[in-house]
Formats: sequence, structure tokens, C-alpha cells
Amino acid sequence: MKPKKILNANEISTILHRLSFQLIEDHNLFNDTVLIAIQPRGGLLAKRISNLINKHEINNNLKLGFLDITFFRDDFRRSEKVLKASATEIDFTIENKTVVLVDDVLFTGRSIRAALNAIQSFGRPKAIQLLTLIDRRFSRELPIQPDYCGTQVDSRLNEKVIVNWDENDGEDSVYLYKNKK
Amino acid sequence: MSNLSVDNLLGIKYLNKSDLNLIFKTSDNFKEIINRKIKKVPSLRDVTIANLFFENSTRTKLSFELAQKRLSADIVNFSSSGSSISKGETLIDTVNNILSMKVDMIVMRHPNPGASVFLSKNVDSCIINAGDGTHEHPTQALLDAYSLIEKIGDLKNRNILIVGDIMHSRVALSNIFAYQKLGANVTVCGPKSLIPKSIESLNVSVETDFRKALKNSDAVNMLRIQNERMSNSYFPSIREYVQQYGLTMSLLNSINKEIIVMHPGPINRGVEITSEVADSDQAIILDQVENGVAIRMAIMYLLAAKLK
Repeated sequence: MKPKKILNANEISTILHRLSFQLIEDHNLFNDTVLIAIQPRGGLLAKRISNLINKHEINNNLKLGFLDITFFRDDFRRSEKVLKASATEIDFTIENKTVVLVDDVLFTGRSIRAALNAIQSFGRPKAIQLLTLIDRRFSRELPIQPDYCGTQVDSRLNEKVIVNWDENDGEDSVYLYKNKK
Repeated sequence: MSNLSVDNLLGIKYLNKSDLNLIFKTSDNFKEIINRKIKKVPSLRDVTIANLFFENSTRTKLSFELAQKRLSADIVNFSSSGSSISKGETLIDTVNNILSMKVDMIVMRHPNPGASVFLSKNVDSCIINAGDGTHEHPTQALLDAYSLIEKIGDLKNRNILIVGDIMHSRVALSNIFAYQKLGANVTVCGPKSLIPKSIESLNVSVETDFRKALKNSDAVNMLRIQNERMSNSYFPSIREYVQQYGLTMSLLNSINKEIIVMHPGPINRGVEITSEVADSDQAIILDQVENGVAIRMAIMYLLAAKLK
């Protein structure tokens, strides 16, 4: 079946601008706030948002890190394939900072659970918040909700939401696939 | 490239090139983790590993133990002294007894060549060879190759020299397999009496002139004389061996080329390598030790993914 387009490039652009302004509004000057992207899919989203923030923010204080959660996942040895890791790059301290975790799609909440554990290896943040582009509501398996959300999508468990980025895939778009493994 | 092609790590001989690359890629991730302030991940928290050391070891044993602890595995240690081995129990019985206590993975060092292959055929468990006599020492070869790639990049068409007691060294054999699978040319060098007659069948060049061999090399791996495995004398005296095959600073400097110096440890300072060389910038001996933990984490992580 043909995938359904949920968001096009213009809509994504509008959402990214809104999310950046929400962050600017809440995290005055980013002196005590850092963005941590969840690898691999949160990276490009976080880069876009941090670029937008840096465009509007007078002092370019915003720090961006990348966190790999592979070794903290709870499905190791439960799936057929071995889980492959990506790089972690956090070259600043998160001690007493507000960490905004960034990921493209929030689904069961298990990745975020893993990220909450993984981030502890880097210190004790003052608070942790969550930003996602897509919130697949009604499919959560853990009590985790986003603080900043691009848009909500109603989907079944056997469906899949794929976010494409211009840098990797040639266009900004979000698709909903039926029955995709 | 997703899974290892093997269920045990018995020797480099049984791995293919994409296995090596997968292990190296995974080690990159673990190297970053062991350099964090909190060096632990929970991946193997439901895996129990037994370390069976039928032969002495410092580095390898510690390195395996640290790697297991960093992965949150439960571990039990066993060394042959003070065990029921002295009461006449066989290897298979010992291991099966340990496995009945619900152990998932065995790391074994044994003085007999082929011990881990033998064990893998006779017990139902995941076996990691931590050195079996004069046969193979796969994790050492992996960490050697990984450390060298970190230093000089792709090993394709590079020339690597292994010097010393080729005959009794398991590091030599595993190194030869690993470097060749990565596309490098391997030369062995040492007194004729310490080079196995059939070594050329492995496509290895043999050179007895140390200086000549060094001139053509990008890296040199200095091996220890394995006195404990020698039943008779293979060279007239240590002094004569040192004169011909000891690596000194003046020898290194006399060659107009930056050669990477490696050593699997333990070092006999002043025999195969002088202190000056071992502590110089050209030596990556301590990098090898650091990378050993990351490599072993990667291997146990990848093999644990295949446990049933």
C-alpha cells in the first residue's frame, strides 16, 4: 500500500520554527540548558533546531550533544539482529543543566527510557525534558510524554512512521507506512 | 554486516574480514564508553560468564574481567591451582559442572593447543579462547590490529614484522591470520631455530636479518622468548639473542622511517626490547592494553547477542 504523507517540507519548517521559539522562550539564553540528540535519528532534527535557535539568539550559547543508547536498550538478546551502536559525542558537562532530549519519533517510549539511563553516565542534570517531532500517541508502553511536540499522529502498532531529512534523503517529509516491518 | 559469522571465538582463523570490521566498529563505541567517568553499560546484565584460567595470566585475565564488569555481566573466576583438576577431573567434566550452574559463556586459557576447539565440540556453550598453548590468542591479535589501525589507518598492503619466538608464540599465529585477513603483508624474523619449518605455507615471508627486515616494515611486533614452553635450548645464549634480535633505540634510529613498535606483554626489558624503546613515543604498548578492554567488550557483546 502507498505510504501516507503526514507532513511536507513547508509544514516541517513551520513546526521547527515553532519548536525553536518555544525553546528560546523557556530556556532564556541557554546558559543552563543543553540539547542532547538521541542517535541516530534525533541528530539531524537537533542540528536543525540548534541552527534555528542560533539564528535568533543573540549569544550563541547553545550546546548540542549526541547520545547513543544502544547499550542501554532493553531489547538486547530479544531481537534477531545484533543492535548496532552509533557514536556518542558529549564534550560538555550536563551536571546541574537542564537537558532537552531530542528524537524524531516518540513511539513506545522505550528509547527514551534507555536515554534516561544512558544520560546518567555523564552527570546529574537539573532536569530532563523531551522534544519530539512526531508523537505516536496511544502506542506508549511506558509513562513518558513529550514536553515539546511537533505533531501528534494516530497510528497502529504494525504501522511505521518514517521521517526523511533533506540532508540524507533529498527531502523533508514524514510518511506513515502500513504493515511495514 | 550485522552479526558475527561465528558462535564462539576460537581463533582468528575462523573469522572473516567483515567479522573483524564489525568487532573494530563495535570497539570504537566501547572505547568511548570506557573513557567516560561512569564506564558501565547494562547490556550483559542477564549474562553469566566463567573465566577459566588453566595457565597464568595477568593482563588478559584482568582485561577480560574489567570488560565483563563494564558490560554488567555476572562473573565467576576459576584458576587451575587449588581446584579439583589436581584431583583428576577432566576438562569436559569441569566445564559441564560449571555450566550446570547456569553459566552462559566460557572464557578459557589453557596450556594445550586446540583446547578451546576441543571444548567447543564437546560442551554446549559459547567459548572464547583466551590463549590455548602455542596455538592461538585471538583477542590479542584483534587488539593488536585495532591499535595499529588506530595509529596508521588501513592495513591494506602495509608491511608488518613479527620478531622473536615464532615457534612457541600463539600471538604470532593469531597475528599472522589477522593481518593477512586485513590485507597486510606479514614477515617473521628470528633465529632459524625458533621459526617453524612450514611457516611459508601461511604465505609469510621469513627473514633472519633483523635490520633488513625492519627496513621494509611499517610496524614491528616484538615477542617474548617463551622460556616456559621450551624443552631444549634454541639459541646459544640470551646475550647472543639480544645482540641479533633485541630492539634498541640506536637500531630504530638508524632506520630512516617511523616504525610503530608493539609488544603483547609481558615485556622482558633488555631482552627483546630495551626500556628506552618500550617507553618511547614509537611504542604503542600501553594503547594496546587500553584497547584490549574495548575489544573484549565488543567480542562478548557480539557473541552474547547470539546466545539462545
